[in-house]
Amino acid sequence: MKTYHAYTKSGAEISYTDKKRWFWLLSSFFPLQALIGIYFHHITDNQLWLLLPFIIIYILAPLIDYILKEDVSNPPDEISLALDADRYYRALTYLAVPIHTLSLLVVAWWIGTQNLDWWAYLGLSIIAGIVSGLGINTGHELGHKRTNLEKNLAKFVLAIPFYGHFTIDHNQGHHRDVATPDDASSSRMGENFYQFLYREIPSAVTRSFQIETQRLSRRNQNFFCLNNQILQSYAISIALQGSIVIIFGLEMLPFLVIHNAFAWFQLSSANYIEHYGLLRLKEKSGHYERCKPHHSWNSNHIFSNLVFFHLQRHSDHHTHPTRRYQSLKHYEDLPSLPNGYLGCYLIAYLPWLWFYIMDKRLLQLNHIKGDLTKINIHPQKKIFLLDKYRHNEYQEAQESC
Amino acid sequence: MLKHQCPECSYIYDAKIGDQFEGYPPGRLFSDLPDDFTCPDCAVRFKIDFIEVSSA
Repeated sequence: MKTYHAYTKSGAEISYTDKKRWFWLLSSFFPLQALIGIYFHHITDNQLWLLLPFIIIYILAPLIDYILKEDVSNPPDEISLALDADRYYRALTYLAVPIHTLSLLVVAWWIGTQNLDWWAYLGLSIIAGIVSGLGINTGHELGHKRTNLEKNLAKFVLAIPFYGHFTIDHNQGHHRDVATPDDASSSRMGENFYQFLYREIPSAVTRSFQIETQRLSRRNQNFFCLNNQILQSYAISIALQGSIVIIFGLEMLPFLVIHNAFAWFQLSSANYIEHYGLLRLKEKSGHYERCKPHHSWNSNHIFSNLVFFHLQRHSDHHTHPTRRYQSLKHYEDLPSLPNGYLGCYLIAYLPWLWFYIMDKRLLQLNHIKGDLTKINIHPQKKIFLLDKYRHNEYQEAQESC
Repeated sequence: MLKHQCPECSYIYDAKIGDQFEGYPPGRLFSDLPDDFTCPDCAVRFKIDFIEVSSA
């Protein structure tokens, strides 16, 4: 196990060993689970095995998170530079790109060559989409980095589920506007997951196109040019998914549509839970306050963090967007999710359960204390929520002060 | 020519070389960048936040 050494400002030597170092391999290899199902289908001839990843993702992973609980360890600040510079960690993000490509191609080959029942075809297509949703997460980590290699790998991995506009929308749109009513990728209190999905997915396309159009116009270039970062990724998507149709036939079209849709669905699931109801307040200048750690819901659940390249340490990610995954930190007193992302997705898919669990958590946050003016509320639910929570204990306490 | 640095991610805008990818040609002064200029790398710091780091 590698140990890093550094000196504090007072000259004392400190050392740090990253106990999670080898466990990060999980983020690179977790996408191979669709292939495990295919392997067992192959040796048993039972199509039910193809659905194995549903069990892994939605039952095993939340259960492991529940059992292993949270990891609040942080690398010391003095070590962060050395940890960021260690190329092993970024190699794992590079490795995830061919693994995602392999996963899509093998699933396509299996669907294109086996005589599957309709439910197995549908299930495997959805699983392939969920796995490519993890690929968007890999693209997220890569797309935040400065090097051309990482930016190009992001374009490639995002091309797998035809989501090449993500980096621009996410970096230049979502991060700028996060936790404000202006951001379609920040969910609002009272907004259910399906309403959010309907608002977010089209907006991600339009906002990214606007941002890229502005950049290109500064360069005196038209939207339709070779330099367009979004179209570059879309071109890879067309080549990749077009090849699948050419090789295996038109019957692959439903597979590709379902695959793409569920990858986007997976991304929207993450976006829905990451900022639910949180609001940056406006300063006297009229600008929103800077994004602080309490403007994101955080999760320190260890297993899902290890399969998501630490995405769930979302508070630090939004405070320091270019920080590499291995260096993301935990802070005290953060808005905290009740489980890892995969468990929380299940809650989010049942709106009444989500509202029941999360509205209470939201109102109880230390920086909100029941004050509804400090919450990003869904306009259609504003009257209902104001009426429901107007006389809560916190506001009564505030009023009596 | 002046250099300005993002206090969050250390991105440097050097007026001498501009930022061609973003569409700012060499020689474009930092003060001439649009008012809604956002750090191209981290996007969480704005023109008003940038710090002048050196002059040449």
